[in-house]
Amino acid sequence: MRETPKVIALAGNPNTGKSTVFNSLTGLKQHTGNWPGKTVTLARGSYVWKGSRYTIVDLPGTYSLLANSPDEEVTRDFICFERPDATVVVADATCLERDLNLILQVIEATPRVVVCLNLMDEARKHMVQIDTGLLSSELGVPVVPCAARQGQGLGQLRDSIASVAGGEISLSPRRLRYGEEIERSIQAILPSLFAFRQILEPRWLALRLLDQDEAVLRQVAERVFEPQIANRAIATPKKGDASSWAGWNQE
Amino acid sequence: MAGVTGDETVPLCELGAGKTGVVCELLAGGNLRRRLLDLGFVQGSRVTALRNSPFGDPRAYALRGAVYALRSAEARLIRVRMIDNA
Repeated sequence: MRETPKVIALAGNPNTGKSTVFNSLTGLKQHTGNWPGKTVTLARGSYVWKGSRYTIVDLPGTYSLLANSPDEEVTRDFICFERPDATVVVADATCLERDLNLILQVIEATPRVVVCLNLMDEARKHMVQIDTGLLSSELGVPVVPCAARQGQGLGQLRDSIASVAGGEISLSPRRLRYGEEIERSIQAILPSLFAFRQILEPRWLALRLLDQDEAVLRQVAERVFEPQIANRAIATPKKGDASSWAGWNQE
Repeated sequence: MAGVTGDETVPLCELGAGKTGVVCELLAGGNLRRRLLDLGFVQGSRVTALRNSPFGDPRAYALRGAVYALRSAEARLIRVRMIDNA
């Protein structure tokens, strides 16, 4: 029986060379399609690395997970609710401060993140130097310097994806502190959210509840609570169905 | 600039070409506010109005290492405090 491919989400700001990273990782093995029920089309591709199979889903380029548009909603929903085995966030090494906004939002939603610090060749041209080791320890997730259009860094990127998706390394994503009142509120509601930690990151969920983010609350109601009510039992919460993406190959 | 002291704010769309301001307040709400915050138009950020805008609207602004085009309707909702340029 074939092992199910690991599902990898590919996110990042617009204009970070994300498409180049996607094309470099998947070669010609890619096609586009609609995510069921949505109007946004997503490109999906696959590759094999050291004996394991991977499916990459190319999410729309966004500046944020706090949905302003259908594109951002798709990206947010996939990363937060579909629980991919790893999420790669592509960032522009010449614009790291700006791109950190999305990176920090993503690591709040999921710990299984690899930062692909792309356009390192552009950074070198502009005399920008980045201590990627320090950045990685600050963020608590792997940071891989790449120049995808030169083909640089891709092997290390595949290795990092494999480690994170395979659960081989322990990740401790940096936790942003929001100030006393908010932190106290988070601690107050966190215990009741641990029951859902297989489906949703508890701290992220706590923050969205405090935000009263209606779109997120609707998703939570649909995906978590309604199925439970329908089953008439507190069943073991189901992991998001990212694995259904892996099987998309058979067409 | 006559009439503008250090404490007063002007809308970003009135920032002269080549001048830099510090973001003080966003008058926008909803999605536009969210988008501006995500781009980095937060309190304390320095934003520079760039020169050479052929049609005047939208204009280009430099902020936190990146360049953005904002329509004057959007830039009008960002209040900045002018600072002396060296």
